Amino acid sequence: MSRPTTLGQDAWRRFRRHRLAVVGLVVLAVIVAMVVLGSFLWPIPMSAIDYAASLSPPSFAHPFGTDDLGHDLLARMIFGGRISLAVGLAAMLIAVGFGVLVGAVAGSAGGRVDTALMWVTDLFLALPQLPLLLLIIYLFRDTLQRMLGEQGGIFLIVVVVIGALRWMSIARLVRAQIFSLREKEFVEAARALGASRLREVVRHILPNTLGPIIVAATIEVANAIIAESTLSFLGLGFPPDIPTWGRLLYDGQNYLDLAPQWALFPGLAIFLTVLAISFLGDGLRDAFDPRRVL
Amino acid sequence: MNESDLRRLISNVKRGRLSRRGFIQRMAAVGIAAPFANQILSLSGVAMAATPFTYKPTKRGGGGTLKLLWWQAPTLLNPHFATGTKDQDGSRIFYEPLAGWDAEGNLVPQLAAEIPSLENGGVAKDGKSVTWKLKKGVKWHDGQPFTADDVVFNWEYASNPATAAVTSGSYTYNKAIKVDDYTVRVEFNRPTPFWADPFVGALGMLIPKHIFAPFIGAKAHAAPANLKPVGTGPFKFKDFRPGEYVSAVINTDYHEPNKPYFDALEMKGGGDATSAARAVLETGEYDYAWNLQVEWRILQQFEKAGKGAIQLVSSANVEHIQLNNTDPNKVVDGERSSIKTKHPTLTDPAVRKALSLLIDKKAVQDYIYGPEAVATPNYINAPPRDYSKNTHWEFNVAKANEILDKAGYKKGSDGIRAKDGHKLKYVFQTSINGPRQKNQEIVKQACAKAGIAIDIKAIPATVFFSSDLGNPDTYPKFYADLQMYTTGSNVPDPWQWMKSFVSTEAAQKSNNWEGRNITRWNNAEYDKIYAEAGAEMDPIKHTAMLIKLNDLVVDNVAVIPELHRQNVSATAKNLVVHLSGWEDDMWDVASWYRNA
Amino acid sequence: MSRAYLLRRTLIAIPSLLGISIIIFSILAAAPGDPFGQLVTNPNVPPAVIAKLRASLGLNQPIWLRYIHWLVAMLHGEWGFSFASRMDVATLIMQRLSVTIAVLGSAEILAILIAVPVGILAAVRPYSLFDQIASTAAYIGVAMPTFFTGLLLIFLFSVRLHLLPFVFQDHVAGTGLVWLGAEIKQSIMPVAVLALFQGAPLVRFVRSSMLDVIRLDYVTTARAKGIGRRRVILRHVVRNGLIPVVTLVALQLPGVFGGAIITEQIFRVPGMGSLLISALLDNDTPVIMAITFVFAILVIIFNLIADLLYGWLDPRINLR
Repeated sequence: MSRPTTLGQDAWRRFRRHRLAVVGLVVLAVIVAMVVLGSFLWPIPMSAIDYAASLSPPSFAHPFGTDDLGHDLLARMIFGGRISLAVGLAAMLIAVGFGVLVGAVAGSAGGRVDTALMWVTDLFLALPQLPLLLLIIYLFRDTLQRMLGEQGGIFLIVVVVIGALRWMSIARLVRAQIFSLREKEFVEAARALGASRLREVVRHILPNTLGPIIVAATIEVANAIIAESTLSFLGLGFPPDIPTWGRLLYDGQNYLDLAPQWALFPGLAIFLTVLAISFLGDGLRDAFDPRRVL
Repeated sequence: MNESDLRRLISNVKRGRLSRRGFIQRMAAVGIAAPFANQILSLSGVAMAATPFTYKPTKRGGGGTLKLLWWQAPTLLNPHFATGTKDQDGSRIFYEPLAGWDAEGNLVPQLAAEIPSLENGGVAKDGKSVTWKLKKGVKWHDGQPFTADDVVFNWEYASNPATAAVTSGSYTYNKAIKVDDYTVRVEFNRPTPFWADPFVGALGMLIPKHIFAPFIGAKAHAAPANLKPVGTGPFKFKDFRPGEYVSAVINTDYHEPNKPYFDALEMKGGGDATSAARAVLETGEYDYAWNLQVEWRILQQFEKAGKGAIQLVSSANVEHIQLNNTDPNKVVDGERSSIKTKHPTLTDPAVRKALSLLIDKKAVQDYIYGPEAVATPNYINAPPRDYSKNTHWEFNVAKANEILDKAGYKKGSDGIRAKDGHKLKYVFQTSINGPRQKNQEIVKQACAKAGIAIDIKAIPATVFFSSDLGNPDTYPKFYADLQMYTTGSNVPDPWQWMKSFVSTEAAQKSNNWEGRNITRWNNAEYDKIYAEAGAEMDPIKHTAMLIKLNDLVVDNVAVIPELHRQNVSATAKNLVVHLSGWEDDMWDVASWYRNA
Repeated sequence: MSRAYLLRRTLIAIPSLLGISIIIFSILAAAPGDPFGQLVTNPNVPPAVIAKLRASLGLNQPIWLRYIHWLVAMLHGEWGFSFASRMDVATLIMQRLSVTIAVLGSAEILAILIAVPVGILAAVRPYSLFDQIASTAAYIGVAMPTFFTGLLLIFLFSVRLHLLPFVFQDHVAGTGLVWLGAEIKQSIMPVAVLALFQGAPLVRFVRSSMLDVIRLDYVTTARAKGIGRRRVILRHVVRNGLIPVVTLVALQLPGVFGGAIITEQIFRVPGMGSLLISALLDNDTPVIMAITFVFAILVIIFNLIADLLYGWLDPRINLR
């Protein structure tokens, strides 16, 4: 007879058995550690121009090589990674949080609430994004910058804008899942036992929609990292001398034959981040699914 | 050598006492290079040596299809409504002006029989009229003859305010009069040294009276021929999809013998400049790609594939940095950068001088633009005769520091210099464009070494280059300390363009920021010389005055000229093209051919 | 439910489209930019001419008046004229429609045909080798933006191997099979890029929703009742698992009309996306308005279809 285990301990035990999830956790931890601690360990400043080293391939002095002005790409990856990861995760949380909220309310309330919320969703899907973004910059950039200090204001606006433009598909996915789950036996059983609407949704339905939500979340991280660089081309993102991963990938693309490292390293970083987060997500879902025996 | 010496030599050449070569040698002895010497001669009525371009094909047609790649395609094909070079290029396939400008800035007849001059009596001595003789036997694509009525009609069409033609500026202070069926006189309201503006070049393309007559004035936009051109050019219209595709077939009745060489022409739009360069230089899918402002090392890499060649043609464009004379951080009567204010630090000559020493033009040239843009001390870079020899530039951080020290700007704890509580901390704005942001960064790094802090701001080009009154980020408002963009005279006489430093032209709220003087610079000497140059009929004096205007701008650091830009395009290896920096790329497409 | 429900939803769609059109129009009118931006830097064009041009397009009227003009014309079936080309907007759109539907439609079909079976197979044997390979490929598709995958393909197939052209031709020479061959050849890369972009998330969603359903009690019950594994998967799991797929595809399909801006730019496909982006850059409001408005109609229609399909996939779903 073994000691009785709590849900958390159970989950951790199952999570540890999920080899890929552990790998994902380790990779993500390494990436985060690199971008957070990297600038203390790596001596070259990211803005140092060195014409003599322009477009040099990876070497001992520049492990990730350099770009056309001789910037050290490792230093830029470290610096930019902090922004890209923060933007990716924060924008994902906003998009997913808002999407799940709208989807859950629409799906469980139905009727007029559903119709109204789906109208808003359709509206956001139909909005022309480029003019909208230009309008947002025009209306709010100066105000926000004054309010929050330069970097903080930009971060907030970038994250909110990306989140606000990307929650719609999540809302529709969650809503559809709820429609389908609402009528399933185990939910009906809970309802018959007198569970409240809120309890029904939060305890019984939402946990079973975690699959699509986790997938959507990992996709949103990648999207947000790329979208951040797109925003900076509209003058909405970080100033052009701040090298985020998406921006490095974009700037490096035309140098693919002259200096492949310029685009490949940021591309690889984005890919690894997405991969790690989704392995982690799969592991978490399996870990917290009591029916799953692994 | 002074003005009278120069005149004596020129008259000797004219009378045949001195050869062209002898003249050029003498000029070289006093430091004037051959092209400039040539310019002086041609300006003084001595015929220019023939341009090196030669057309080899001995019969019309047989060249197959010419495939052109324009990464922004034309959206309409009426030259009077061309909102950008793309539309002018599309129109020029079908339409022609009386004359065009070649690369050296010489007039070349297209629908004119000859170029008017003082010598042949075409240009009036008082500068108040010019008489054009038209080429006879030219037919529109529908078979109708081209006559003086068509030319006069174009004046009526463009000068009618209700037409709202983009070309109207060239037809405002003048009047076109039919002398006979093949002679037209243009009369100017005032002496006009630069008479070759109406009916010349990209803004002078002529449309047929018999097609457009019902569509003059407010109805102009409804003309079906705006999208289905009927011109006199080397190619006839076949198909047009706005923003996407123009196709044309050979005009077998073209008025030049043995031209054109190609049987058909296709202009494809879309995409971006880099991939357009790739499609010509690296994969050879297209014959010609236009306007390739792509970083030089990328272009060079493409060229290594051996499928094509990069073409550079000198233009008048100068990439330059403007210094705001007014204070962008103070609001006066609801307006920032008001001419009632003075910039606290940028009006100090020491700061201006220091900034001009901190622009590493050579590095920008070497690591971004390559030969596409050449470091220059001058604001006027073309035509060569107007290029000042009196100026120079240098990049010298130590000297900048010294000047700022001497002027009393002390470094604070943050490393930024300040004096009387005013920090040398500037917002530096430009349009969003890869090379420009790198250029900003190079400037920022150099300024940091001299204790000047720069905040880089990049604005979408569609916003920056707009006249939107409600938007604070447009370049005419200049709500920043420094800004950078490219500008240049589009005719080989920069006088009109130099208006941008005249004090009465200051862009401000009261004129909806339509004034041309963006920096709000103010210099009485400049204003006086500018006004005099406008009425000066003597070409040599006119040129001397323009050079003086340039020197005033440069010496007072009204702006910091950075790079003299070239027009960049790519051609398939065997394609021979005839381009000019004063014209749109299609200006002489009739003369393009393929070497066997 | 479905007929009354359909009628009600259709009736609701009309005011909601009106509302959407007002919002879109206001955004376009208020957004910065100017259709004559290029003229402003031209020293030869007097500012008065630009003002006159703006007036001739009615740009100096108040926004609400411009909206009413637009709405009245739209109700008469008139789409207006493009500011940039002065061409009828409907003609401009029709010029682009066939290419857009051909390229984007085949990419969407390809994405669905590959992603759905791959996702199902991956879910049936989670963490098998097949699943790992499929998932990794899907993550590459998710993590890489289209501008990069497009460039990689061009680099490989056009620059290095000289196999495929990367400039999409509007008018391919030749007839019959030669023409068809050339059309297919030039469509391979844009279709592949888009199919990867649209298919990669689909694979992940199909796999995860299948996994969710497989674990649900009723599937276990069905299997306990002795219904064969294959039948369980087909009858119960796939039908239920397809609900997110239907949702996602319904979200992607309006894009077949709206075009794919970046992919069209890379390969110069003369589709709706490139029309839209050039209209956006020129601030050509009538064109932008027409495209986004049709797009909005499609969004509403396809989402309605998705709602109806939920009921078909799972008859217990009751839309109130």
